[in-house]
Amino acid sequence: MDIFLTYLKVFAVGGLVCAIGQILINKTKMTSARVLVTFLLAGALLEAVGLFKYIEEFGKAGITIPITGFGKSLAAGAIDGAKDGLFKACTGGLAAVAAGLTAAITFGFVIALISKSKPKST
Amino acid sequence: MDKKEYAELVKQTSPKTKEGRTILLAFVAGGLICVIGQAVSDALSALLPAFDKKDIGALTGVVMIFLGSLLTGLGVYDKIGYYAGAGSVIPITGFANSIVSPAIEYNKEGIVFGLMAKMFSIAGPVIVSGVSASALIGVVYFIIGLFK
Repeated sequence: MDIFLTYLKVFAVGGLVCAIGQILINKTKMTSARVLVTFLLAGALLEAVGLFKYIEEFGKAGITIPITGFGKSLAAGAIDGAKDGLFKACTGGLAAVAAGLTAAITFGFVIALISKSKPKST
Repeated sequence: MDKKEYAELVKQTSPKTKEGRTILLAFVAGGLICVIGQAVSDALSALLPAFDKKDIGALTGVVMIFLGSLLTGLGVYDKIGYYAGAGSVIPITGFANSIVSPAIEYNKEGIVFGLMAKMFSIAGPVIVSGVSASALIGVVYFIIGLFK
């Protein structure tokens, strides 16, 4: 029952984040690049002011799987690095998302190489 | 209700219901992708007890990015996106999709200037703003730390 409740919260928070994004798209005709940038920065800002961890405690993957989680990792890495001086304060963010970025770039490259372009089916 | 009133009513309600549908679809699709992410995260922490919370989070991201890239390569993700809207854009799988989708489309223009350059047409702004913001946050925290 506990696990069901956890997953329900994940579903609700993740769904809510995406619903807010859809409302933004509907109201402002934002492109997906702008939506991604907005939510990324929102995640980074929430982490910087210390609010992200409360949402994460409640919604878990519901807030970390959306791009807000990517922004959170960037900010958290920088905040962690700032304890070790200015150099690590600048490099900590990118270091924290190294795994995700490497995955996105290499998987993207390899899969695009072996996939054929398909005509848009809309 | 006469014809005029009815036309007014249709005008008022029809775009809203369509909008409501897109929001509901985004909610359900986004929620489901996050539930899959939570399941991946739970499975990874069970399989790899030596990894700490941060590593499990990063690894979960890698798995979700792989799934997003693969489904885009198979042509499935863009079909999901047609219905799911923001529900498929905002999760990290959508970030993977934003890389693979233009990379496949521009592959015919050459590997260097087509595939490799165009794969960042959406991911580029995301990375630039994210990395810049993180450096700014790091510097601000460093300066605050000096006065503590």
